[in-house]
Order: sequence, then C-alpha cells, then structure tokens
Amino acid sequence: MRTVLFGVLAFAMLSGAADAKTLKVTPGADAQERLQAALIDAKPGDVVQLASGRYELTDGLSLDVANVVVQGMGPGKTILAFDRQKGEAEGLLVTSNNVTVRDLSIQNARGNGVKSKGVDRISMINLVVEWTGGPRAGNGSYGVYPVTSTNVLIDRVTVRGASDAGIYVGQSKNIVVQNSRAEYNVAGIEIENSFNADVHDNVSTHNAGGILVFDLPGLPQMGGHSTRVFHNEVVDNDTPNFAPKGNTVAGVPTGTGIMVMANRDVHVFDNHLDGNASSGVMLVAYLNTFTDPTYNPLPRDISVHGNLFGRNGYAPVWKGGAELATALGGSLPPVLWDGITSYPKPDGQVVSEAVHLSISDGPVVNLALKLQGTPATKADPVVTKTLSDGNLAEPAPVVLAGGQMEMGRAH
Amino acid sequence: MKLAAIGAIGFAGALLLTGAAPPPDTAVDAALLVADDPAPTLASYHLFRDSSAREPNLALVPYTLNTPLFSDYALKFRYLFVPPSRIVSYREQGALDFPVGTTLVKTFAYPADFRAPDEKLRFIETRLLIHKPQGWVALTYVWNDAQNEAVLKRAGVRVPVSFIDASGAEQRIDYQVPNVNQCKECHSLSGAIVPIGPKARNLNRDYDYSEDAENQLAHWTRLGLLQGAPSPSVTARLPQWDNAAEPIEARARAYLDVNCGHCHNRAGLASNSGLYLTFEESDPTALGIGKRPVAAGKGSGDLLFSIVPGHPEQSILVYRMASTEPGVMMPQIGRTLSHKEAVALISDYISSLKPAAARN
Repeated sequence: MRTVLFGVLAFAMLSGAADAKTLKVTPGADAQERLQAALIDAKPGDVVQLASGRYELTDGLSLDVANVVVQGMGPGKTILAFDRQKGEAEGLLVTSNNVTVRDLSIQNARGNGVKSKGVDRISMINLVVEWTGGPRAGNGSYGVYPVTSTNVLIDRVTVRGASDAGIYVGQSKNIVVQNSRAEYNVAGIEIENSFNADVHDNVSTHNAGGILVFDLPGLPQMGGHSTRVFHNEVVDNDTPNFAPKGNTVAGVPTGTGIMVMANRDVHVFDNHLDGNASSGVMLVAYLNTFTDPTYNPLPRDISVHGNLFGRNGYAPVWKGGAELATALGGSLPPVLWDGITSYPKPDGQVVSEAVHLSISDGPVVNLALKLQGTPATKADPVVTKTLSDGNLAEPAPVVLAGGQMEMGRAH
Repeated sequence: MKLAAIGAIGFAGALLLTGAAPPPDTAVDAALLVADDPAPTLASYHLFRDSSAREPNLALVPYTLNTPLFSDYALKFRYLFVPPSRIVSYREQGALDFPVGTTLVKTFAYPADFRAPDEKLRFIETRLLIHKPQGWVALTYVWNDAQNEAVLKRAGVRVPVSFIDASGAEQRIDYQVPNVNQCKECHSLSGAIVPIGPKARNLNRDYDYSEDAENQLAHWTRLGLLQGAPSPSVTARLPQWDNAAEPIEARARAYLDVNCGHCHNRAGLASNSGLYLTFEESDPTALGIGKRPVAAGKGSGDLLFSIVPGHPEQSILVYRMASTEPGVMMPQIGRTLSHKEAVALISDYISSLKPAAARN
C-alpha cells in the first residue's frame, strides 16, 4: 500500500510540474460553485487565479490539493465576501501541504478568515482579512489561523476586527510572521502552544492587546518555546476588549503591549512600544487551575532588551492595576513580571522552579506573587532597574522550507 | 428502509415465479465503482433497478444504525454492496474491515410530512463511499426534480427543501449537499477517508428484513458477507440515542460519539481543540467537563466551560448544538436546523452529572 501511494504521489508531483496550469475564476453568478469547483479540480502545481471583483459567497471554501497557489489580483481588487455565508466555520480552509494563499481580501467571514489545519508549508501573503463593521463580539475569531501546521509564513497580511486574534498561530512549528498589520482586533498577533517563531517588523495597533505569546494546558501540542518578537511597532492598543467571555484573550487587559504567558525561550527586543495604557511588556503565569500534569504555567528563560518604550502602563485596567500604578508614582514601569516561581500540580503538590529572566530594559516591576493563582491584588511590588540572572541564549532564526523565505523577500 | 425492503421482496418474488436469473443489465457494475473516474450519473452503476433508485439491486443489503448522524432530519436509506467473492472482516474497534470494491450507499430523503414518513418521499442526494484500491472515495449524486436522475456534484450545492415536521410545523431549509472536501472533513482519520457509521457496535441491532427481523451482524454473517464476528450477544453495542429505556449518559455518549467524535478525536479535524467526544474517551477534561475553550471565539457564547456538571445552560456544548449560526454552531456542517431532541438529551445528560470539586 505504501509503495503504491508513494508511486501515485511521485507521479502526481511530476505530472503537476510538467502540466502546471492556471485555473481562472471570475466573480458573478454561481461564484460559490465555480470557485469551489476550481479548488477541487486543481492538480498539484496549479494556480487558481481569481480575477478582480467581488465574489459573493454563500458557504465556506476549502482546498485539499497539495502544491497549489490561490492567487487574487491584490487585496481590495479580488474580494471574497462572506456576508451571506450560510455554513462552515471558515472563509477558506486549507488541509493540504505546500499551499500559498495570496493577493486578495476576505471580508466578513462568519467564523475565521483563512485556516490551515495540519499543513506543512502554508504561506499567507499580501492579504487583507477584515470585518467591515468594526470591532464586534459577533465577528469571526481569527483572521488568519494556521493550526497544527509546520513551516508557516504570514507576510504582508492585514487583519481588522477579529473577535479573538487577528493573526493567530496555534500548535504549530517553524513560523514567521512579518511585515503585517493587525488593528482593531482583541489580540493583534498571537503565537500559542507553538515552537520556533519569529514575529518581526509588524505593526500591531488599536487592538486590546498587541502581541501575545501564550501556552495553554490540555492541548495536543504544549510547551510553547523559542519565539523571538522583534522590531515591531506595538502602539496605541486601546480598543476595549470585545472578546466573548470564556476565551483566553477575554482576560487580556485592554491596553496591553506585549504579553508572554507560560512559555520558555522568548526574546522580546528592538520593539517600539507606546500608548499601551495597561502595560508595555507583561510576563505572567497562566492564571487558572489545570488538570494536565505535564503543563508548566510559568514564563521562563525570557529576555527583554533593546526595546524603545514611550508611554505605557499609565492607566492599567486589570484588577489591582490602578492601585499599583498609584503606589508606584502614577504609572507602571515598562516591564512587569508577576514574580511567580512555583505552582501546584494537578495532584496538589507544589513545585518551584528557577525561572531565568534577563530584562535589561528597565525599570521592571516584580509583583512577587510567588505562587501561581495568587491574584495581582496581593502584589508586593519591587521595582528594580534591571532584572537578570545571566545571559540567555537567543533562539536561532527561523528558517522556513524551500521557497517560502524567497516568497517572503520578493516584494 | 421499509420501502427498500418491500422492493426487494417484490423482485425476489418475481424471480421465484419465473425462475429466471437476474438480467445481466441489473448486475452492479463493480468495475465502474472502483474506476479512477466517477460516473457522471448514479444510474451508471446499476446499484438500483429503477431510475428513481427506489428498488435496490438484489446484491445490496439494507442496514441501519443504533445511533445515526443527524442531517437536518433527513431520512436515510443505507445499503451495503460487497463485490462478489469478497468478504468483510470483523473489527471490534472502528469501522469493519471492508474489502476493496465495497460501496456504502446512502440516500437522503424528505417526506412531504413527517407525520406520514413513508409517503411522498423526495430524494435529495445519494452518497457513495467507495473503497477504491487507493483508498476510500466519497461521492454524492443529486436528484433532479423529476426524481428520475441523480447526477454527480463534486462542488456541493444548496437545495431548497420544505417539509412539515413531526409537530406539524412547516420547515424551509437550504439543505446542504456537501462538496468532496466537506465529505472528508467528517470522514477523515489521520488525513485518510474512512467510513463513520458501520462500526460493529453501531450495526449491532436487529433489522426488519422482509422475511423476518434479524440481528444485522448475524444476517451479514449468514449471507457470507461478514467473517470473524462473534455472536451479537457478546459484541459491543452502541446505545440507541433515542431509546428512553437506555441510561441517559449512555445515550448521550452515543450521540456525541456519532455526531461529534468523527472530528473531535485525537486524529480528527478538531484534534487541536483538546475536546474528544468519542465513546472510548474517559478523560473528563477531554470530554469537556470543566474544560475551557481554546479557539471557540464567539462559539463560547460568553460561557466558561464546555460542560458545567448540573448546568446545561452554562455549558458551551449545549449552546453550540442549539445554535444555527455559522461559526457558532456545531457540527459546523451537515445541518441548518438544530436537533431539538438531541439538545434535550445532552441537556439532560449534563443535568445528571454531579458537580465535582475537580480542578479545571
């Protein structure tokens, strides 16, 4: 069986390369069926080319053919409009390897904008994914949503209005998010339960929170690590958090710049943070209790350096934040650490851990909460100029699979 | 089902009277079923003896399930075709081991009035799940208004359907015929297409065959279609979700297994959710009890947990089952209506769960 499959695959790839063709789709009557048919009929190596115009779609679209490019004529020119979507939870769902989606707009998807599930080599390039009615709880969750994927490139993508994260990468490996813009979402950019991510040269503004690096318990891929967040503009994140309750991001305070929760080997450097009323950079433990015995709720091996801080943390909205700011002279220092170094395992046993930090951008406030689950109102704050127990090695730059890096550079 | 069974008797009777062998043109075209390219019309396969597919070929065996997938209240007529001289092997877990050439045939239909479900039946689509040499392939054929031809539809379509429901109310829906990718969304396990329904435990029940009622696994064994099946009495059996004589938790778990577990399992499309609703699952958190959502977005409905024991009104599971809004509703495809009876069942199940001091 394996040899048969292998033979078929090899043949498909060869023939794909030899007979690669362009399937052209135009807007108009029956756009739903014609576009979906093209996504089904495409063979490996093909390009599904979407002419300029507005495609009125009534159902989610999906692609399950490997080595395909879905290409519009540019955002604002090729517009996939899901205002009348009756079914499916995505605008476009990709489940096949080595797929590029580029040069188009996706509007008002009822669920997520573009999702990839279990894909090796997914590239989302030059897209505008938006909910045109502004930030509303009824908007879709994620603008672009690669999950359990490997070799993920998000380049020149703008997302507006997502009720969870604009750019969200979950349970994935080897990720680059660059040259993108996230605004008026709950979270601008979120890297969750993921390994090896470079998030750089993005603008995250007017969200509730700018950039989040999280790890959550109870998921197939856990233990998020090795993320570099650098050279981003994280400014004026001031849209009141409009996430439906129950979602993790509903707990992100409005006015958060960069937040690292329960992750290791995260380096935050050379970013510009300004106008984030709750905090500049926040390093915190996962707040809730959990049942997964292998989960570590602490942020550890975190480096913060070389960032340019404007005015941040001047009106923190989280519980105990205002009192803390008053106690510290009216404003929080640019970097905040909750000071949690121990946590109860699900069986009740409390474990302690040396969480290595290297924070040269100061001052930094340590809330000294010590035990996971202690509310911030119990803070015993200590402000120091820097906070460091040694140098931490920076994660190696992410190198994507063949062709992806070049696509990201060619503009 | 009754209709199909009656058709089969009629035809068998005719054969007995005349003593004639079935005409060759009614033999199922087993080679066409496994050909690389699907036939453009359903009739080409000779799975049925009439153009409206009311009378199955004698080689088709009708079957039913203890707990089926809900599809907007559509009636379903299911048949098994196994190529001559091939045999199905029993498996305790998962779908039975069907040989290459096996075809599972399922027609989705609506009566004009569910208070008279055998009358004025309109066929909407007939789906084929064919075990080809390279793996299972899902196809769907959509019926015309005249009900005499069903044609292949790979990109899916919405079909306006109206009917009087069991309570006498008129329902109008945009019935969703799935595209081939959507077929795979539910029918995939680790990326390959597999049958969902015909697991031994879901088939382990009586069927009202024309001659007599008989356990389906025993019947298939007696016909020489199935080998290796233990006696039905010692074979696992999935509870019937709508049989009030069975325990509520068992019925609810059976319903969740069939309607959610095909995606919500560790190798399914929803593996990333951490919510696993298969019948085998035993981890309370994975089953949703005290579990926080991960990527539910507005699907959370402002609720904190998938299941709050004792509180269906606080449980995301119920909220999403009751919804018909894309992006909120679960399952995401295959329905436009809420399955009210199932929402009631799952609510009763959650009400019956004891609030635990468990950590979440």
